[in-house]
Amino acid sequence: MNMLKTFSKGGVHPPENKISAGKSIEILPLPQKVSIPVSQHIGAPANVLVAKGDKVKVGQVIAQSSGFVSANIHSSVSGTVESIDAVLDSSGYKRQAITITVEDDEWIESIDRSTELKKDIQLNAQDIIKRINESGIVGLGGATFPSHVKLSVPAGKKAEVLIINGVECEPYLTSDHRLMLEKGHEMMVGIQILMRALNVEKALIGIENNKPDAIKYLKSIAGEYKGVEVHGLKVKYPQGGEKQLIKALINREVPSGGLPIDIGAVVHNVGTAFAVYEAVQKNKPLFERVVTVTGKNLPKTANYIVRIGTSVAELIAAAGGLPDDTGKVVNGGPMMGKALTSTDVPVTKGTSGIIVFQSKESQRKTDSACIRCAKCVSVCPMGLEPYLLNRLSQRMMFENMEHEHVLDCMECGSCSFECPANLPLLDYIRLGKAEVNKIIRSRKN
Amino acid sequence: MDKQVIVSPSPHVHSGESTSRLMFNVVLALMPAFAVSLYYFGVGAFIVTLLAVGSCVIFEYLIQKFLLKGNPTITDGSAIVTGLLLAFNVPSNLPWHIVVIGSLVAIGVAKMSFGGLGSNPFNPALVGRVFMLISFPVQMTSWPLPVASRLQYLDAVTGPTPLAILKEGLKNGETISQMGDKIPSHMQMFMGLMGGSLGEIAAFALLIGFAWLLFTKVITWHIPVSIFTTIAVFTGILWMINPETNADPIFHLLTGGVMIGAIFMATDYVTSPMNPIGMWIFGIGIGLLTVIIRVWGAYPEGVSFAILIMNAFVPLLNRYIKPKRFGEEVKRNG
Repeated sequence: MNMLKTFSKGGVHPPENKISAGKSIEILPLPQKVSIPVSQHIGAPANVLVAKGDKVKVGQVIAQSSGFVSANIHSSVSGTVESIDAVLDSSGYKRQAITITVEDDEWIESIDRSTELKKDIQLNAQDIIKRINESGIVGLGGATFPSHVKLSVPAGKKAEVLIINGVECEPYLTSDHRLMLEKGHEMMVGIQILMRALNVEKALIGIENNKPDAIKYLKSIAGEYKGVEVHGLKVKYPQGGEKQLIKALINREVPSGGLPIDIGAVVHNVGTAFAVYEAVQKNKPLFERVVTVTGKNLPKTANYIVRIGTSVAELIAAAGGLPDDTGKVVNGGPMMGKALTSTDVPVTKGTSGIIVFQSKESQRKTDSACIRCAKCVSVCPMGLEPYLLNRLSQRMMFENMEHEHVLDCMECGSCSFECPANLPLLDYIRLGKAEVNKIIRSRKN
Repeated sequence: MDKQVIVSPSPHVHSGESTSRLMFNVVLALMPAFAVSLYYFGVGAFIVTLLAVGSCVIFEYLIQKFLLKGNPTITDGSAIVTGLLLAFNVPSNLPWHIVVIGSLVAIGVAKMSFGGLGSNPFNPALVGRVFMLISFPVQMTSWPLPVASRLQYLDAVTGPTPLAILKEGLKNGETISQMGDKIPSHMQMFMGLMGGSLGEIAAFALLIGFAWLLFTKVITWHIPVSIFTTIAVFTGILWMINPETNADPIFHLLTGGVMIGAIFMATDYVTSPMNPIGMWIFGIGIGLLTVIIRVWGAYPEGVSFAILIMNAFVPLLNRYIKPKRFGEEVKRNG
């Protein structure tokens, strides 16, 4: 076997714990009510189009994109709008959301609900981007950046290659893995659609080698789709980071402060490719997604198709309920996910998984003195010096942090993960990033 | 949700790496050398090592508890490592009170007075050793012969180190070929059959420790390899110029404190640079200084001084030698 590709700088190997990898995607029964936040993406919140008491159908636009970097929000259920109010979301803050009481399951008529694969693509590039925009598609890997923005290549730049992220480098999560196994053809058509939208001839799918079945399956069907290549990658976190994945696949580095398009690459997640297929070929907007529910002592682990706005508590209930020994509930992966303050928060477009940790896994260990072992430096995938940023942040030397390129940090958590002194390196780096951003904003004003 | 849960920022998992595990692995890596030294020096090696480790740990405890009035952190194992290294760098017949004084200087002066683990600029064990060398030069340079004095401690049969034989011989106008049999063979040096500090003599045992440190990822290869390379190249050049007055590179690598210094002392986390480029500069500096002291200096051996001098440059190296960032070459636009 030839050497598997990977990115060259830094990286760690957290225990994989892909407990739910063998579980086929199941449809979660409809909840009794959903709360759909109007801001589930990076960018401006959408403007609410409905009022209390309105009847809505599945797939209907209930909040409209409010700018270029924003996204439409669709109803995921049919029923009556019960309230439009601030609701606690996974960030721990209350944000505006549309709460709908579910009645039946009536879809808007334009959606093609057949399951047959539709291969030929009728729309041209412009119409594809328009459809993706209308369908409210955002990056489903977790970053939730509106997809149409990435597809609208700025003047003077040219996309050369589409990169599809099937890495799923976060431990525990298996939603992308299952999607690749079960919706491979749909995903491939979605990739062809994205290629047409970007006018590129080549698409590379990167998948970590801990999913050999997905690599094998997608390789076996890739021949049917022009220009699509499947690449197995060496397992290393954070390979699913956009910049790391590009480096691994085409050996180019996105410049510091730049975007992938600067070096001719556009990256989309496998889940996004599937959503694009559904939007363009089946006219189905984004109102449901695959969510992994997992944990070492959860009675059942699963990969559910969940309507957006469903309470996390419902997912956990479907998986047998919270065990007595629950220390932490995380939305997303264990390396970058957010710990929830309550399970009464809605699943949003960016929810790739819910992980339930036992008490003993949830506690941070007491920190001790930095012994300058330099492990944080050697694992940082961006080539930064976390120990130094940590100290500068503690001393509130934020200008110095800017000079040390703290804004290159993507908060992958490798430094904190590896630190033998259990120092909360990333906590302080985050603080510093926020302060540096403030300084930069005040300079502009 | 009716359960109390922990809410903390990511990451939510940890590698399980800890300071004490790292230190424990260093201790393990020193065990082959300790076993060899017990075999060669017997009682003396045992007494000196036990005394050094014991007094380092006790001094650290006492200082943290009663002077600094804080929580003693002796369980992190760093004082044990300092004690072992201190013992490994002295002769096995060193009187007990000198060992205790050396430990006090190492822990009290070099480590705790700068703020304890993580804050000391100089390697504590080396500071202790150099203090003893300057204060007790006679006791610190009488070397028990391996195997011969296994059952003696203070009254061990002593002899010179190969480096001292070389220095002395050259001073008396002898050439290396004239010194002939007085200098042990490469194989004898590799096995540690020569005079020297109790833990530094057996290159093979120290290299086993090196392999363990690399295998457990406690250290990276950069510092030891850069030191070895520099010493080999520098002494190789001198040797090629005149093999009668300059010893060969293998002699220089196997004698004195090169092995223990490069593998265990120069790689001390706290007093070495934080990234590979800095590590190379650090290692090259140690190599050059070692050879300069050995060949042109007054002392036959220079590893301790070389490491301590380069320790002083570490803050500068950390400040000005930066790791290469991702996406650095391409200029930022705008």
